[in-house]
This record gives sequence, C-alpha cells and structure tokens, in this order.
Amino acid sequence: MSVTKRYLLAAAAAVLLIGLTFIIPSFTSYQLAIVCAYLCGIAGLTLLTGAGGQLSLGQAALMAAGAYSYALSANAMADAGAEGPLLLLVPLAAAVFGAAVLGLAVGLAAGRLHGPYLAGFTMALVVALPAVTSTFSSVLGGDQGLWITVEKRPTALRGIVSTEAWQAWLAVICSVLVLTLLANLLHGRFGRHLRAVRDNPVAAALAGINPARTKITAFVISSAAAGMGGGLLAYTTQSAGPGAYSLVFSLFLLMAAVVGGIGSLTGAVWGALLLVALPHLISTATSRLELSADLSQRLDGNLAVAVFGAVLILVVLLAPQGIQGLLVRAGGRLRPPPSASLPPRSTEPAPPSPATAPSRIPAPSGQLPATPKGQ
Amino acid sequence: MQELHTDQSEPPGLRLDGITVRFGGLTALDAVSLDIPAGRIVGIMGPNGAGKTTLFNVICGVFPPTAGNLQLDGHGFTPKPHRLTRSGVARTLQGLGLFPGLTVLQNVTAGLAADTRRGLDLLALPGAVARENRLAARAMDALESLGVAGYAAALPDTLPYGICKKVALARALVSEPRLLLLDEPAGGLGHDDIEELAGIIRTVPSDGCSVILVEHHVDLVMEVCDRVAVLDFGRLIAEGTPAHIGADPAVADAYLGVEVA
Repeated sequence: MSVTKRYLLAAAAAVLLIGLTFIIPSFTSYQLAIVCAYLCGIAGLTLLTGAGGQLSLGQAALMAAGAYSYALSANAMADAGAEGPLLLLVPLAAAVFGAAVLGLAVGLAAGRLHGPYLAGFTMALVVALPAVTSTFSSVLGGDQGLWITVEKRPTALRGIVSTEAWQAWLAVICSVLVLTLLANLLHGRFGRHLRAVRDNPVAAALAGINPARTKITAFVISSAAAGMGGGLLAYTTQSAGPGAYSLVFSLFLLMAAVVGGIGSLTGAVWGALLLVALPHLISTATSRLELSADLSQRLDGNLAVAVFGAVLILVVLLAPQGIQGLLVRAGGRLRPPPSASLPPRSTEPAPPSPATAPSRIPAPSGQLPATPKGQ
Repeated sequence: MQELHTDQSEPPGLRLDGITVRFGGLTALDAVSLDIPAGRIVGIMGPNGAGKTTLFNVICGVFPPTAGNLQLDGHGFTPKPHRLTRSGVARTLQGLGLFPGLTVLQNVTAGLAADTRRGLDLLALPGAVARENRLAARAMDALESLGVAGYAAALPDTLPYGICKKVALARALVSEPRLLLLDEPAGGLGHDDIEELAGIIRTVPSDGCSVILVEHHVDLVMEVCDRVAVLDFGRLIAEGTPAHIGADPAVADAYLGVEVA
C-alpha cells in the first residue's frame, strides 16, 4: 500500500467510525471508545512482539503509566484553573510521553534480555503496579486510584452528540493516528531494521544496523502507543487505578494481538474488537439463560477468561497467523495474491537473466560458462 | 614466507599486526600478521579450529584481540560490528545469514542501513519515501548484477540454496565495500554454482575492493586468490601465491594431506 493510500484509508476509517456514532446506541459508542483505547496498546505489541520479536507481558503497566500521567497532569491543570482543548490535549501528550519515558527505562534493561527472561521482567512490572500505587498513595491514590477532572465535549457539540459519542470520536481519532504512525514505521526503514534484528541480530549488525538501539527504540514506540491507550482509557473512564491494569489484562492484550494476528496491524484491530466483544457477548448470553444468582455470579467475568483461553488455544493450533491470517487466506482463494512487497521499478518479476542484466560488477568473461546452470 | 609482505608501491588495504586472541588458556590466534592490499583477493585456509573464523571475528569487532592491532587504509581501526559497513567493510556469514521474515529485496536493502539516517520516519513524508525508493533501487541493482533480480519479491525460504547464497552476497556488495569478507561462500553449493561464484569473486576487485576468502574448497581458493595464507593452531604457517602454497610441504602436512578427500 502506498503512503497516500494509507493516509486516505485512515481518514476514511475515522470518518466512517465517527459517522457510526450517530447511529449506534451510546453504550455501544462507549464500547467503541474502549476498543480504540485497547487497540493502541495491542498495536504497540504488534510492533514490539510481532515485528520485533520481544515478548512483553507488561503492556498493561505501560498503559497504566499513560493513564496515571493523564490523571496527574489533567488534575494539576484543572486545579490551576485550565480549561478548554488544552485540558484535553496536554494530558494526552503527557500520557504518551510518560509511558514512553517508562518504556525507555524498561527498554534499556530489556535490551539485554530476550525470550522468557524478557517476558518475566516485563511481567514483574505489572505485578509491581499495585505495590507502587499503594507505596506512593498520596500521589497515586493507592488501591482506589485517581479520579480525573476531564474536559467535557465542546459546548458547540453538546446538543448534537452524547458524552459517549464524543469519547468515541476522540478515541477513534487518536487510535487511527497511532495506527497510521505505526504503519508508517513498520512499512518503512525502521520496520525493516526491526525485523532484521528479530530474525538474525548478528547479520543485522553486519548489515550496519545497531541491534541494541533498534530494540530499545521499539520498546519506546510500543510504550508510547500503550500510553495513548492508557490516556484514552483514563479520559473515558474518568479514573486511573491499579485494578484496571492487572496482570490478567496485560495477558489479554498479548492474547488479543496473537488471536487477531500478530503479524499485522489489521490483526490488532480484530484482537481489540474481540477483547471487548467477547466478554459482552458472554454476559449477554448468560443473562438470558436464567441461571441461579449464585452460578451467574461465579460465571461473571470468569467465563470470559476461559472462553478467551480456549479461543487462544484454537487459534494457535489451527491458525497461527490469527484471524487476519485466516482472512488473508480466504481472500487469497477468491483473487490472485497481491505482491508481498513493492519492488520499486518492475512490478512483474522478470525471469533471472545474468546475461542481459546491467551490472555494477561486470559479467565474468571467459572462465565460466555464460549459460545458466543445467545447460 | 616473508617475500610477499607489502612493498611501498602497493596501496594499503587491511593490515593485521601481531593479532593474538586468547580464550582462557586457549590461544586461538598467535601473533598473526597479514597484509591484504587494496584490490587483492587473499584466501585463508586451515583445518577446522585453526582460527579462521576467529580472525574474521576480530576484523569485524565481535571481540577485541588480546594483543596486536588492525589498520585499514593506513589508519588505526577499532571495528564494531554495526559500524563495519560505514568503514567500508562488508561480511557474509557461514551458511546464509539472511532474514527469513524479509523479502529478498528487503534483505539486500537492509545491507544499506549505514546509508540511512538516524531517527524515525514517523510521517512517511515524500522525502523519506523517496529515500526508501533510492535504497530499494540500489538493492535492485545489486540483485540484477548477480542475476537474481527476478526473485526480489520472494521470501528467502522459498528459494533454492544457490539463489539465497547470491542474495547474501548481494547484501554484502550493495554497500559498495572496500573490503569484502567471505566466510565459506561455497559451502553447500554444487560444482556449477562454485564455478559461477569464482567468476563473481574475481570481478569484485575491479573497483578496488579487496577480498578475504575463508573457504574449505581448496580448488576455489587456488583458482581465485592472488595470495593464500594458511593457519594451523592459530599460527600463520605459510603465506604466498597459490602455486607456492600448493608446493609447501608444511601446508600439506597441516592441512592438505589430512583434510582433502
């Protein structure tokens, strides 16, 4: 996809989703906002773990860093009497920046770790989160977390859109922005270098790529995306607390990336949708079954975890490329496969012909047969 | 074995001066001194464990030598792997060393990493896209020069081994190095492919690039190299023209008589 096409697609998606908020009920708009917030965190994992090969279980902690950065800066600004768009934009920027700074610190350490050690280290971040918030409870609000003074929707829109729709607008715009920037990176030089380091760090270094710098950069980018997700969650829920960023949530983010298809950002979209839709569908289903109060209480929340686990096992066994992989395969049966990556000049590959190719290295003369092998 | 040391008329290339590498009690390289003048092809032979790859690793900065120093084009040279191509040194790896998740074209474009800017092209502005296209065009040229441009969009795992070897070579050549290190380029290739490889290697020095060739295929070394150095147990036991080396009884004892079937 060319860059222009990518931007047009992003704009079309944003317009479409914003238009959708005029049709769907306000609770669905709220769910759309949550999907978009999750999507930022999951897309960060697509870059870090999918393209970069660094397994992180700590994405929730980085989203929490974004949420707390949002909360602290928004409350401080509100106390100082700020209002208007600044009270929205500055905290969102702070969320991205705060998570990126934590990501840099983590990445500097994580650059030396790989595989299960990196997974364990990043998991420790999430596990430590409640301890951190209760230790610094005067600032971070302990187990309760922080309530946030949020900037409401602009006065001009108050007659037109609901609060939930406005939240969805904001989340749609921010997440489309995040996804577009991540796509730019993944399809450009950085994505190439990142995959090269993932596939063969020694060969990547010999090609002139600095593996440590590349991995740390990936951590910072992924964290910044997670920070945006955390900031959006903070805005939508008007709170930032340790309970929302548990280890289970962190694992869910990774599962969503894998189930959606960790090889592509489109997969992250399916994963985020599933992460919100699945618990909702399950609770809708159980409420219709007229179960005893005791049983439904036990199933509440837990059943979603079990179903998600089962889906993950099935996907890993049957479709390792995730939902997106399945869709691509299904699409491939309907039409000829699109070329994997653009060759810059000739779109149709010519048969290899050493004799006719213009060459920087002159064609060897004399010592060897000029015809291809096999003749 | 002294007679081939560089005289003043030859342009300097890479000079190894008393390179010693010890791993604990093991001396992997023992005071190896060697000149690789610009535009020459130098072969390094020796039995397994003789120190050939250790020598490459020192030149590439994978680890520093215990003693001795390196000079490149007459200047002191402290290599680091990811800065090698900036210094004009490119290396192929034993086997393939390709990136299986990247297409052939992307693999070769990755070899131009030293020519790219730092920083991130977050917005993919027209300037960044144009730069990417220029890199891809150079990579395409390198693929064309080795006759494998038709595979640009393929993933390496889907291609025959001989093609992949050429892609790996294209990735090293695309940075237009002044010194090319080839680590067993003929490994796993059939007779015809080795003949073709010999022709390719011989053309590399035409633009002043020198080549160091570590190789087990003695025929290939003897055929393409201007000089040959022989290592045994970390020592340089012989150095000279291929004919000279072929006739050296010490070499035959250490290597030829034992290794070659």
